[in-house]
Amino acid sequence: MKSRYKRALIIIAALVVIGVAALLILNALNSNIALYVTPSEVSAGKAPKDQAFRIGGMVKDGSLRRDGLTVHFVITDLVKDIPVAYTGILPDLFKEGKGAVIQGRMNANGEFIASEVLAKHDENYMPPEAKHALEQAQKNGINK
Amino acid sequence: MIPEFGHYALILALCVALIQGVLPLIGAHQGRREWLMLARPAAQTVFLLLATAFVILAWSFYTNDFSVLYVAEHSNSQMPVAYRLGAVWGGHEGSLLLWVFLLSTWTILVAQLSKALDEFMVARVIGVLGLVMSGLLLFVITTSNPFERLLPAAQDGRSLNPLLQDPGLVFHPPMLYMGYVGFSVAFAFAIASLLSGRLDAAWARWSRPWTTAAWVFLTLGIALGSWWAYYELGWGGWWFWDPVENASFIPWLVGTALLHSLAVTEKRGGFKSWTVLLAITAFSLSLLGTFLVRSGVLTSVHAFATDPKRGVFILIFLVLVVGSSLTLYAWRAPKSSLGGKFSLSSRETFILLGNVFLVVSAGSVLLGTLYPLLIDALHLGKISVGPPYFNSVFVPITAPLLVLMGIGPWTNWKNSDLLAVIKRLWLAGLVAVLAGIGIPLMMGEFTWLAGLGFLLAFWVIASGCLQIIRQAKAGKPTRSFIGMQLAHLGIAVFVIGVTMVGAYQEEKDVRMSAGETVSVGGYQIQFQGVNVAPGPNYQAMRGTFLLSQNSNAQTIMYPEKRNYFSSTMPMTEAAIDAGLTRDIYISLGEELPDKSWAVRVYYKPFIDWIWGGCLLMALGGILSISDKRYRIKLKRQVA
Repeated sequence: MKSRYKRALIIIAALVVIGVAALLILNALNSNIALYVTPSEVSAGKAPKDQAFRIGGMVKDGSLRRDGLTVHFVITDLVKDIPVAYTGILPDLFKEGKGAVIQGRMNANGEFIASEVLAKHDENYMPPEAKHALEQAQKNGINK
Repeated sequence: MIPEFGHYALILALCVALIQGVLPLIGAHQGRREWLMLARPAAQTVFLLLATAFVILAWSFYTNDFSVLYVAEHSNSQMPVAYRLGAVWGGHEGSLLLWVFLLSTWTILVAQLSKALDEFMVARVIGVLGLVMSGLLLFVITTSNPFERLLPAAQDGRSLNPLLQDPGLVFHPPMLYMGYVGFSVAFAFAIASLLSGRLDAAWARWSRPWTTAAWVFLTLGIALGSWWAYYELGWGGWWFWDPVENASFIPWLVGTALLHSLAVTEKRGGFKSWTVLLAITAFSLSLLGTFLVRSGVLTSVHAFATDPKRGVFILIFLVLVVGSSLTLYAWRAPKSSLGGKFSLSSRETFILLGNVFLVVSAGSVLLGTLYPLLIDALHLGKISVGPPYFNSVFVPITAPLLVLMGIGPWTNWKNSDLLAVIKRLWLAGLVAVLAGIGIPLMMGEFTWLAGLGFLLAFWVIASGCLQIIRQAKAGKPTRSFIGMQLAHLGIAVFVIGVTMVGAYQEEKDVRMSAGETVSVGGYQIQFQGVNVAPGPNYQAMRGTFLLSQNSNAQTIMYPEKRNYFSSTMPMTEAAIDAGLTRDIYISLGEELPDKSWAVRVYYKPFIDWIWGGCLLMALGGILSISDKRYRIKLKRQVA
């Protein structure tokens, strides 16, 4: 085979790999992205309806209630509160009055059913998304 | 007074590193021998100065000198000595000091072990490393000085994050950094060859063992990190696609591509420009990783709270390194892209294809890692890209690599009879198909993903075994051949572990009162209660569990919930009963109002094969570095 064809073949093969990969990536990005939403946005109805999303905020003081392995608590940006239910074991750093990020969906009763609770691995560390939610809420509060 | 000496040592090291970075390069360009000669002593001086700084910082930790801000923030007089020393790299400033210290370690290793090389080449390599060193030292001194004072001194330190108070801290960061930083040597060799215009097989032979060494360290570092996360984070995962994990994994993928591409350059003189580009990319990605981890733009286990000045500095440095090396590349890289002639059915083709898959998979991981940052920077909202993205993209892109891995080693350079190779491999194919169908059925449940995993893993294993037998019959196989086979076997062992855990692990979150039993994976676990157990700088609630299988072979397991005195944060310390074919993993959740406990138990089949596979890969790398051809060829050059 002439080296020109060979080179063309190799380039085509590489392009095919890259093309398939790009398809896979786009497809996966489409279905596996979780949007961050603040509690205020959730109560304004701006949360995605048919897709899991993430809420960043603070776990409201005194809101934690246990029911067997299921935990109920409230996540807040100090303006709006969202009730949350989670079944399973909470991470070590999950605490009332501290920041947390949760992933899941809203159910019909307006309760957020969390599939995952993320609290970061340093007690003084505030997840940027939680901080963002608090700042956002404060800014809007002043503007109103 | 002593910490100030450390600071002076850093500043002096910067001055000497500038000399090391500038004079030898100019000397090599203008043919001034006396300037070339400066390279080695300068590199040695930088090493001594940084070693001094490092020892001084360790000393400050050892003596609990809380007038040093960094010590006060990361240590505590109650902490055991081993962790106080590990804490030297437990935070941002110290880990950067480790970075530059290891860079200078690599530099003097190159300086000492390259006596047989052309002195112009060595001077250029050391010079490039000196420039990189100067940039990083400037960063350390201006934004992250570990010797900054805290006046008045603190009564006691704030202590290290309890998660880090573990033997893992002593080994994982140095290993990982050794790998990260090691790619700087491959980078320096590539830049030096572009500068000299001597991009030949000899150059590839010089830089190959160095690249392999860096790759071995990176492999071990990533594996150690994964193992540490598994037993220490308390929730049983071994890989989270956390952005910082990705930051170390992307250079690994590109580094693996580089290893293979270097083989073609060494043996056949081909792929030169591609190899150089990979060397530049691998190191740039290591720097990008450092940027991502240190700038605080990522939400991650590893993200220390940092100030944006640092991020900007590393970003500028990164742009300078990438920009200047790519400019040099565009200017000096050889024009013919594939080098020596080869047919489509040759080892070159297989390596090239493997390279494409490796680089594309690295790109897909990079994209998933940077995508949220990009969206955020464009003010399009905040998003997260989770593990499902990586799993659904990464697996299909890397699966073909295992197919190639079974065939590639059988092919010849230049031209190969593919039909004959395939005829020899029918047995391997048969074994693979049988394993792909049989093992899932034996485990009780057939899934396509599990079938694929075993098919590919056993394809690689069977093909490797066949070839080892054939080589052994034909004569004494070289160390680099055994090394290659061992590394490929490591990948297969790794894939078996991943497939087993992915398809057949069992996880249960349960509420248990004393005396209750839960069964998982054919084992019974009885909860016997929780009592208080004191530790050196913490107090633990220790659970007692009795593990048994069909009421025999009993083991007692003690998972803990620790409360460190210096912090309000509790720590879950899992109990693991490890075995060759399965781990039983218990972690204690919290006490529930009715005095029962939330408990998580896992049955994880073959999980230790994941790290065992990595160990095999590293062993393979070490074997191939020790191949005698690297030494003989070097001696010949002396004569």
